[in-house]
Amino acid sequence: MRAIGIILAGGNNHRMKELSQKRAICAMPMAGSYRSIDFTLSNMSNSHIQKVAVLTQYNARSLNEHLNSSKWWDFGRKQGGLEVRTPVVTASNSNWYRGTADAIYQNINFLKNSHEPYVVIASGDCIYKMDFGKALEYHIDKKADITVVCKDMAPDENVERYGTVRMNEDFVIEEFEEKPLQAKSHTISCGIYIIRRRLLIELIEKCVEEGNYDFVRDILVRYRGIKRIVGYKMKDYWRNIASVEDYFSTNMDFLKPEVRNYFFRQYPDIYSKVDDLPPAKYNVGSNIKNSLISSGCIINGTVEDSVLFKKSYIGNNCVIKNSIIMNDVYIGDNTHIENCIVESHGTIKANSNYVGENGIEIILEKNERFML
Amino acid sequence: MIKKEMIAMLLAGGQGSRLGVLTSKVAKPAVAFGGKYRIIDFPLSNCINSGVDTVGVLTQYQPLRLNTHIGIGIPWDLDRNIGGVTVLPPYEKSDNSEWYTGTANAIYQNLEYMDSFNPDYVLILSGDHIYKMDYEVMLDFHKANNAEVTIAVMPVPWEEASRFGIMITDDQKRITDFEEKPANPRSNLASMGIYIFNWKTLKEALIKNADQPALDFGKHVIPYCHANGSPLYAYEFTGYWKDVGTLSSYWEANMELIDIVPEFNLYEEYWKIYTKSEIQPPQYIASDSVVERSIIGEGTEIYGKVYNSVIGCGVTIGAGTVVRDSIIMNQTVIGENCELNKAIVAENVEIGKNVRLGIGEEAPNDTAPHIYNQGIVTVGEKSVIPDGVTVGKNSVVFGTTTAADYDNLYLASGKTLIKAGE
Repeated sequence: MRAIGIILAGGNNHRMKELSQKRAICAMPMAGSYRSIDFTLSNMSNSHIQKVAVLTQYNARSLNEHLNSSKWWDFGRKQGGLEVRTPVVTASNSNWYRGTADAIYQNINFLKNSHEPYVVIASGDCIYKMDFGKALEYHIDKKADITVVCKDMAPDENVERYGTVRMNEDFVIEEFEEKPLQAKSHTISCGIYIIRRRLLIELIEKCVEEGNYDFVRDILVRYRGIKRIVGYKMKDYWRNIASVEDYFSTNMDFLKPEVRNYFFRQYPDIYSKVDDLPPAKYNVGSNIKNSLISSGCIINGTVEDSVLFKKSYIGNNCVIKNSIIMNDVYIGDNTHIENCIVESHGTIKANSNYVGENGIEIILEKNERFML
Repeated sequence: MIKKEMIAMLLAGGQGSRLGVLTSKVAKPAVAFGGKYRIIDFPLSNCINSGVDTVGVLTQYQPLRLNTHIGIGIPWDLDRNIGGVTVLPPYEKSDNSEWYTGTANAIYQNLEYMDSFNPDYVLILSGDHIYKMDYEVMLDFHKANNAEVTIAVMPVPWEEASRFGIMITDDQKRITDFEEKPANPRSNLASMGIYIFNWKTLKEALIKNADQPALDFGKHVIPYCHANGSPLYAYEFTGYWKDVGTLSSYWEANMELIDIVPEFNLYEEYWKIYTKSEIQPPQYIASDSVVERSIIGEGTEIYGKVYNSVIGCGVTIGAGTVVRDSIIMNQTVIGENCELNKAIVAENVEIGKNVRLGIGEEAPNDTAPHIYNQGIVTVGEKSVIPDGVTVGKNSVVFGTTTAADYDNLYLASGKTLIKAGE
């Protein structure tokens, strides 16, 4: 593969509500056994990209812990491999990453010290499978300066939190709007870009020298028409999880057989850090309907239409419906939870009752846990 | 300078023929256990949890699965710059090339490996027991007694003592005598096949007895050390320890894992069992399914009903199928409307629709009743069972079978159907 990878993992936003208190979005637990960034990382690994930098700054503890060994994604290499780069104070710089372009600028040596001719830039908060090799071939075929991976959204979907693009018949992007209130197009940018390494260095240096720091606003939007920016349409499953509603519904998508089959049983696999948890255990009284259960769970109650992440404990006579129970949650006996996301490491007292009345409720409970 | 205080040598070369078709193609230590593990995971995890970071694994019989499972030892943190895990198969020498002819002979042939770490102590383990044990505590016991050899023992019921190698000790736990499968046991302390040797003592004993055919620890090395006056001590272990050498004990040990608080608890935080996980996704339990008193591995999809069973990773159990008291290993696919009773189904098996296993009256197995008994029906790895077949109890199916292999889609209790060489 003639490209290196950059994963933009810094982000956080208010749409994640309480869920973002603990971690960057790309460290969000996903689909029972994974974290969001696993999907982009696995795609890079499966596309034979040898060298990847993860640029992060917001509350990166969870993410750092998840990435503390790069071997799970086959990035434990002497040549290349995985680098996690947070902002650092140096003699000449004491800024945080002031934007996506600035994040790349502050790590410009990663680009300058590589020899691969291309760079794949992707964000860590999207759930998809993609062969970047094919996208790169397209980029070369189309003689593009920058290729933007795009997706046609359903007409009824609200696209105001995405960048929308309009292409001509040759897939050249003619219009690029960032977070439009009234979108003219239902084709959105997936936040995945392919660009020549030298061109990226040139554009980023210029951009930051002029006091601009955002890759989309200050490079893609500004240079449209000047540089040849081409769209690459992605037809398969793609979801962004950067709002509570999208996070919830993307997890629930994995209850559909076609989504499970696509991600879990078709080549190539998605990899994650191995947790060494025992098999899930179903005791007498467990009653599971249409749910995903992860390793290390112990279940004594009813679980319907839900996703249980790793190492959850569900007490006797509990009823969990249409909910997400994140990692290492203990739920005491006789508890009813419906339309909720239970934040990780929570301890729910026995006889509790949580029902999300208007949409999804997020439960943060830190009670004392007594375990034998 | 390389120096390790204690290294471990793990004997994993045996076939384990009493597990029948389960070990036709794989060595016993590589047989799946407890949903996602393999038997060798237990001693390997014990090693790293005890701080033993240098392990030689002696392989001989059907080593492919074992080799790929162990790899460079990543799952057990045994990928080390110095030491770590090393797979030690028999090798050709300029004179007298031979297979490993006995447990101690295998160790003897790897003297050079052990010498390279300059150890003070060598721990000898076997790869076919399910237990959690802190070898460091055993080493402390060994040192405190100034022993040259320490043998781990466990008290067994007196009526069963005549099935084991029995150690007779004084009240200081020093071994005064031992008997192999005595008719009238004088003690109920059975050897667990776990030894700590002073490296000097072991090396000398192995070299002195090198010419002994089928050199064995229990039969030759331990008696030699005893006769030589080396202090031998018995380290008493009272935790869970299970020999899974027979199909029925293998089945029982798996079933014990599904108790509410199992005697052997995989859910303990501070003595984890590690394994190589090839399959990571969560498991899916469908709307019309029932799962009760069972443990299930990653990536498995259950559309049917599962009671009292141990299910591996990546398994599919079709709608309308009822699985009871069974062990289903990784990647096996079971079609719709099947019925499985007390079945052991090995890895990568394909079972069609409307198949019934473990049906009818028991009858003794026609070829190996000492292996296939207790009503267990056994299906070997990569077997195929076509739609509509009914199989009785104490029966065995192994290989790609078609409807023509059955008598009107029926295999009676006690019958053996093995289509080998395919």
